[in-house]
Amino acid sequence: MTRALGLVRTIALTTALVGGAAGAQTIKIGVNEPLTGAFAASGTYVVNGAKIAADEINAKGGVLGKKIELVIEDNKSNPTEAAAVAEKLITSDKVPVLMGAWGSSLTLAVMPKLMEYETPMVVETSSSGKITTTGNPFIFRISPPSAVEAAAFKVIVDKLALKKVDFLVINNDWGRGTAEDFSKMMKEKGIAIGLVETMDQGAQDMSAQLSKIKSSDSETVIVTTAVDQLTLIFKQAAALGLKKRIITTGGSQNPDQIIAQAGAAANGTMHLTTFLPWFPDKTPNPEATNYFITEWKKRGFEFAGCTESFRGYDGIRTVAAAIEKAGKAEPAAIKAAFWDINIKGLNGDIVFRKSGPEGKESGQSQPNVYLIEINDGKVGMKTL
Amino acid sequence: MSEFLQHLVNMLVLGGTYALLGIGLTLIFGIMNVVNFTHGVLYTFGAYIMFIVVQQLGLNFFLALPVAVLAGWLLGAAIELTLLRPLRGSDIDTTMLVMIGAWIAMQSGALWIWGGVAKSVTTPFPEAPLVLGPVSVSWLRLFVLAAAALLILVTYLLINRTSLGRAMRATFQDHDTAALMGVNVDMIYTSTFAIGSSLAAAAGALLGPVYVIFPQMGDLAAVKAFAIVILGGLGNITGAVIGGFILALAEELGAGYVSSGYRDAMGFLIIIAVLIFKPTGLFARAERVG
Repeated sequence: MTRALGLVRTIALTTALVGGAAGAQTIKIGVNEPLTGAFAASGTYVVNGAKIAADEINAKGGVLGKKIELVIEDNKSNPTEAAAVAEKLITSDKVPVLMGAWGSSLTLAVMPKLMEYETPMVVETSSSGKITTTGNPFIFRISPPSAVEAAAFKVIVDKLALKKVDFLVINNDWGRGTAEDFSKMMKEKGIAIGLVETMDQGAQDMSAQLSKIKSSDSETVIVTTAVDQLTLIFKQAAALGLKKRIITTGGSQNPDQIIAQAGAAANGTMHLTTFLPWFPDKTPNPEATNYFITEWKKRGFEFAGCTESFRGYDGIRTVAAAIEKAGKAEPAAIKAAFWDINIKGLNGDIVFRKSGPEGKESGQSQPNVYLIEINDGKVGMKTL
Repeated sequence: MSEFLQHLVNMLVLGGTYALLGIGLTLIFGIMNVVNFTHGVLYTFGAYIMFIVVQQLGLNFFLALPVAVLAGWLLGAAIELTLLRPLRGSDIDTTMLVMIGAWIAMQSGALWIWGGVAKSVTTPFPEAPLVLGPVSVSWLRLFVLAAAALLILVTYLLINRTSLGRAMRATFQDHDTAALMGVNVDMIYTSTFAIGSSLAAAAGALLGPVYVIFPQMGDLAAVKAFAIVILGGLGNITGAVIGGFILALAEELGAGYVSSGYRDAMGFLIIIAVLIFKPTGLFARAERVG
């Protein structure tokens, strides 16, 4: 019996060693996303987009002659978990580079770990300004910070004739950062700021906040949160008879899901998004966009997820380009290579510019921002 | 003023379901002395039963509700028979740890079966709300309030007007004496746990369609249920009903007039106050100790 156990152990050990050797034939990329909890829908879309990129790259022969392998971990929409997952990916899976972590609070929690282990990370979704201004040289962000969104919105506020605006934002770095950056821009434009209401990321009942907003004297509400909470807000606002103009920000709205789940309540709402899957020919890179959307549909995913998943796709392509440029899959070389890449993303060229305190700048690319409007259950470009 | 009225209406609708959540938990604690950590999962379970029956099987919404209640009853009875009965007589910490284990296992099971992405259930109610002057409320929520009130009434009658209820109350007062008087205590325990579980499943089945359904939805619900039970006094059913409405009122007014960022903190501030000034709950009567 003891000998049999010993044999099993030997086999197990050998398999582990051989397995480990086989593992070295691939280049690992750590993916740290929320697959459960409040942001499960969004995180899952991003991961599915990332897989499309990985498969595409591997089908073309991989990077540096090796296949890339995504090591995907669930951060449970929880900052503590996000930091733990980053540590696990770096120390146990030995990934030389990461992509993550969807939410701003999640990304901010991961950032000290990047400093500690000197490993770079591509930030694909988070929009809090703090991420690229606090001096973390391992951060390379491809999503727009909320100040960039606010600046894009600034051009159109006059035409929307905004007078007084309330905010309803998720109570974390993302939501509060957005309220701050948008308020600042609007005050410059002479628009009055009314209520700034917040909601917990797991909250399902926003009736109290919406009742308060219903009684205010503003005509527009800016809402910032992810798609699941947004559909609840649209339904609850309709149930309360709230008749104000609703504009959402953050790029995680998945307008088609809103139309499907909130129905008529979605009509007349406007959304600041960072991708135009409805009009591939109007995107900066139509060919790649069409490829991505076709592949997404071929895999049987819901079209609604495209506005979210393209970031995972662009994120992994960005990482792969940096590894290729670095010539080796090592954290320091990849980090240096990020500064030299120039790839065609689905939402504009991905080129990193320096952001934050001198000497320890983070990288930030400049993606496009669009305003769309839902009318009669259809998405349209808001042209002004 | 119209804002205040709207908050009061919101409070009524929310309070009804909170009460339903609280009753199930307080019943089980009062009679069995078991801290039921699976309460939130049973709430989630009820919601997923709605999803299966309405969305996947395409059956009637109103038919799905009793199915969810029955499924909750069966799952509760199964938990009692397999996990709690073998532990009868063990200390409260042991059962608590086992229940925490069951909670994690069942929640992970839900994640495994249905995935982490939220599901929604379509309802037969019109999208346009009922508007009464300055106040408006959705038909679905009115239905939820009515159904919750009905379930609370049924539970109350079951406990105060039936022989099973009398046996339950006797077991609550003194389990040994009840056993000596011929009450089948094992059966009472199983029934109590099944009834409490079916109430949690009913709350989930009613609220699932109002919100969205995902594996961790029960966690916040369970925390609130515990808060309500502490407010109303352990094992006190009337207390749990009133506690449910107090918690809803605190949340509504707290979010409406203090700060929405602290909405969920309001209820817990009340609990801290209750534990300091009236630790047996707001509605506790004098009782015999030992």
